[in-house]
Amino acid sequence: MGITQILFWILSVMALFSALMVITSKNPMHSVIWLIIVFFAISGHYLLLNAQFLAIVNIIVYAGAIMVLFLYVLMLMDLKKETEPAKNRWLKVAGAMAGGSLLLVLVAALRKVDIENGIAETRTGDIGLIENLGTALFTEYVVPFEISSILFLSAMVGAVVIGKKE
Amino acid sequence: MPINYYIYLSVALFCIGIVGVLTRRNAIIIFMCIELMLNAVNILLVAFSKMHHFKNAAVNASAGTDGQLFVFFIMVVAAAEVSVGLAIIVMMYRNIHSVDINFLNRLKH
Repeated sequence: MGITQILFWILSVMALFSALMVITSKNPMHSVIWLIIVFFAISGHYLLLNAQFLAIVNIIVYAGAIMVLFLYVLMLMDLKKETEPAKNRWLKVAGAMAGGSLLLVLVAALRKVDIENGIAETRTGDIGLIENLGTALFTEYVVPFEISSILFLSAMVGAVVIGKKE
Repeated sequence: MPINYYIYLSVALFCIGIVGVLTRRNAIIIFMCIELMLNAVNILLVAFSKMHHFKNAAVNASAGTDGQLFVFFIMVVAAAEVSVGLAIIVMMYRNIHSVDINFLNRLKH
């Protein structure tokens, strides 16, 4: 068992445990902190797959921008006093059973799948470096890139329009 | 690493996100579970792109770049979605002083 396997298992256990804590903690603030840990574990997976650009972008965009936005909104609204009503226990059980059934079906369907030569190469390969991704982004994918900037602009305008007091 | 491990990891993360969406009543936590599901898909895309590169590196040196660029675009769309969604949640909190989605069923009436 090499260092790659050990790192893979550590990061996977970290991601799964933190994801479980996200959906089970009572305080939304704790959920945000656990979700940030999930994102760091996922960035570790990207680094292990040598997708360095995506690892950095994942930390900057998700852990840096989106989760700060969540924390900011949570601080704006004082949710301490109103805890979730615990009367809907059957709803929780039904939701857990539905998600568990989906997990069961997917795992059962994927168990017999034998992908020929299915190795995700770790710690080698240079397609994840910013040089190759940037070249592809600004030549082949330049039109989607510009469209995504328009999407950002419209999302910004939409957020301002929705959020302003009338 | 065999690709199966990455598939199982991402399926497990996705199902945890689905369970969170189905069981929690807080709109912000539902949003966070949606982010969790998007990230599960991202892991799978990156792992498959590395597998594609591993198989076809001799034919095409840049095989698999597309998968990682799609992850980039998913992050872009997720950021835009979160900004608009959180604005909607803030407006909803301003109107009904709660983020419990059980109070959101008034569209029925």
